[in-house]
Amino acid sequence: MPKTMFEKVWNDHVVVPETADTPAVLFIDLHLTHEVTTPQAYTELRTRGIKLRRPDLTLATMDHSTPTRTEQVFGGVPIAVDSAAKQVQQLEINAREFGVELFNLQDSRRGIVHIIGPELGLTQPGKTIVCGDSHTSTHGAFGALAFGIGTTEVGHVLATQCLLQRRPKTFAINVVNDLPKGVTAKDLILAIIGKISVSGGTGYVLEFRGRAIEKMSMDERMTICNMSIEAGARAGMIAPDTTTFEYLAAAPRAPKGAEWDAAVARWSKLPTDAGATFDRSIDIDAGVLVPMVTYGTHPGMVAPIIGSVPTKGDAVFEKALKYMGLEPGEPIGNVPVNNVFVGSCTNGRLSDLRNAARVLRGHKLAVGVKMLVVPGSQSVKRAAEAEGLDKVFLDAGAEWRESGCSMCLGMNGDLVPAGHYSISTSNRNFEGRQGVGARTLLASPETAAASAIRGRVTDPREFNR
Amino acid sequence: MAVKNIRSRTVALPATNVDTDQIIPARFLTSTSKAGFGKHLFADWRYDAAGNPKPDFVLNRPEAKGAAILVAGRNIGCGSSREHAPWALQDFGFQAVISTEFADIFRTNCLKNGLLPVVVDEKSHAWLLANPGVEVSIDVETTTLTLPDGTQVKFPLEGFARFCLLNGVDELGFLLSQSAAISAYEQSHR
Repeated sequence: MPKTMFEKVWNDHVVVPETADTPAVLFIDLHLTHEVTTPQAYTELRTRGIKLRRPDLTLATMDHSTPTRTEQVFGGVPIAVDSAAKQVQQLEINAREFGVELFNLQDSRRGIVHIIGPELGLTQPGKTIVCGDSHTSTHGAFGALAFGIGTTEVGHVLATQCLLQRRPKTFAINVVNDLPKGVTAKDLILAIIGKISVSGGTGYVLEFRGRAIEKMSMDERMTICNMSIEAGARAGMIAPDTTTFEYLAAAPRAPKGAEWDAAVARWSKLPTDAGATFDRSIDIDAGVLVPMVTYGTHPGMVAPIIGSVPTKGDAVFEKALKYMGLEPGEPIGNVPVNNVFVGSCTNGRLSDLRNAARVLRGHKLAVGVKMLVVPGSQSVKRAAEAEGLDKVFLDAGAEWRESGCSMCLGMNGDLVPAGHYSISTSNRNFEGRQGVGARTLLASPETAAASAIRGRVTDPREFNR
Repeated sequence: MAVKNIRSRTVALPATNVDTDQIIPARFLTSTSKAGFGKHLFADWRYDAAGNPKPDFVLNRPEAKGAAILVAGRNIGCGSSREHAPWALQDFGFQAVISTEFADIFRTNCLKNGLLPVVVDEKSHAWLLANPGVEVSIDVETTTLTLPDGTQVKFPLEGFARFCLLNGVDELGFLLSQSAAISAYEQSHR
C-alpha cells in the first residue's frame, strides 16, 4: 500500500499504537529546548524525583529572551531585562542538574533553536523532532516530522522521550510552475497562508510538493515549513533529496562514513510513494505570484505588493485596519516604514542576509528609518562577517547584532515603538507582537531591504540588477 | 485534579483568530513559575498605556467577575505554543473555553491543564455570543453543554482526554507506566 512521507515517519516512531481509548505513544528522536518554555517542566521533574530519560537526544540553547547587544552578550554588561537574566540562569542550573548539553550565552554554537538544529546536522530526514516552540515546523524541510509542543509535553519528553499523540491528517500543497524571478520562498508561503487561511491547516500535516519546492535551497525550504504553523498546521514537510543530503553532508553532527551511506539509503525511501493519497490537497500556481506583504494583524491578511488593502471585510478586518492605521483600498506601496527587522527563524539564515544585503549594497536607509539585522545564529553571524555582509548593513546605517529571536517577539527588549510601521522578515504580525502598538508588515528580506531604502513599502524588483 | 462539571455564567469575546500573543503577551513569559499569569491575561486589551483597566473591555466589566466560561471566536489560541496562555486563563478563573474551532497546540495545552476546550456548532456559538452572561453547564461525562432553556449541545472530546479529566489522571504517570514498551522500542531502534 503506497504511503505518504508523513505516514512512513509516523509509523516508524509508534511505540504503542493508538486505540479508541488511548492515543499512540510516539517516540521522539530529538528534543530541542530553550529558556522560556522549559523551567516549569524541569520543576515538575524535580518535584517528582524523575530523571531525564535521554540526555543524548536533548539539546538546550538560549534564544528568546537573550540580549542581542554585544556588550550584554560578551562585554560583561548585565542583561538589561532582569527577569530574562533569571530565566537564562535557571536554564544553566537545569541543564547542569539534568545533564543536558547547553549552548550558553557566549557559546560560539548558540543561536535560534530552529537555526542551529539544521546547522549542526541534528535535524535529519525521518526524525521526529519537538520543541516547546511553534516554529519547530521549520525542521520539516528535511523530511522530519517536527512540531511545537507546550511545557507540559516538554516535561513528558524530558521524562519519557515520548508523547501521547492522535494521528493528524495529511494535506498536500502542490506548488505548480516555477516562482518568477524576484519572488521568494517567503512570498510563496505568505500566498499559501492567504489562500488556505490561518486555520486552514488545523489538524493536518502539510506536505509541500512540486517543482518550485524541489528547486529550492534548504534555507528556502525552511522558510516555507517554518510558517506552516501560521496556517494552523501541526507540521509541514518537504521530501528529502540531493539538496537535503548535500546540506547535511557538510554538517558537523550528521552521520559520517559508513553511517552516512546507510542514512542516505534510508532517507531516500522517505518521499511519498506514487499513488499515496492525502486527506486533502490543493494546487498553488507559483508562476503568477509577486512579492507579498501583510497588511493586517495575522499572517493570512496578505496582499501582493503591487496591490491594495482589500476594500471590505468583517469586524475583525476593520479592527485590524484600525490597529494598523490603514484605509480599505489603500495601495500597499503607500504604506510608510519606520522600522526594519531582518532576522528570526523564518528568515535569519545566511542566504537571507545575503539577499537583504544584495538589495541594500551601496544604499542608505531612508531618513528616519531604523533597521536591525539579527543573524539567526552565531555561526550565521561569523559566516556573514567573513563575506563582509555586516559592512553592507552598517554602511547603510543599520545595526548589526548578536543572534537571537530579538524583535520577532520583543521578549529581550528589542522593540518597535507604538504606532511605528515595522517591515519584518519574521513570522507573526499579531497586535503587539513586536512591541505594544507596533504595526508589523511581514515580508521577505529583499522587500524589507528595498523598503528600508525608500522609507515605504517597496517592491524589491525595482532594485534588480 | 478531576474536572467533571462546570456551571457558570459566560463571558463573550467574539473576535476570531485570537492568538496566544493577545492572551498573554511575550514580555510576561520570563517567569519561571506557572503562577500569577492571570493579572497579565489579555494585558494589551485590558489595560491602557498607563496600566489602568480599560472600562469597555469585557473582562473589566462587573459582569465578568466570577464567570468561569469564556465564549471565544473561531480559531481561538492560534500562533505561539506558549502554555502560559491556558495558565493565564485558569489563573484568571476560567475553567472552560467555548468556540467553534481551537488552534491545535492551544487545545492540547488546555487539556493538559484541565481547562476544558468545548467545540460547538455555529448556531449554538452564535447564540452564546449574542447572549453573554447566561448561565450554562458543562458535563464532561456526557460531553454535553446545557443552555439556559435546557437545550443540550454535544461536544467532541477525545476519549483519553475525557478519561483523564474525569479521573484526574496524570498523563505523565500514564506515560511513565509505558516504560517497558519504550525500552523495547529503544533497543530495536539503535
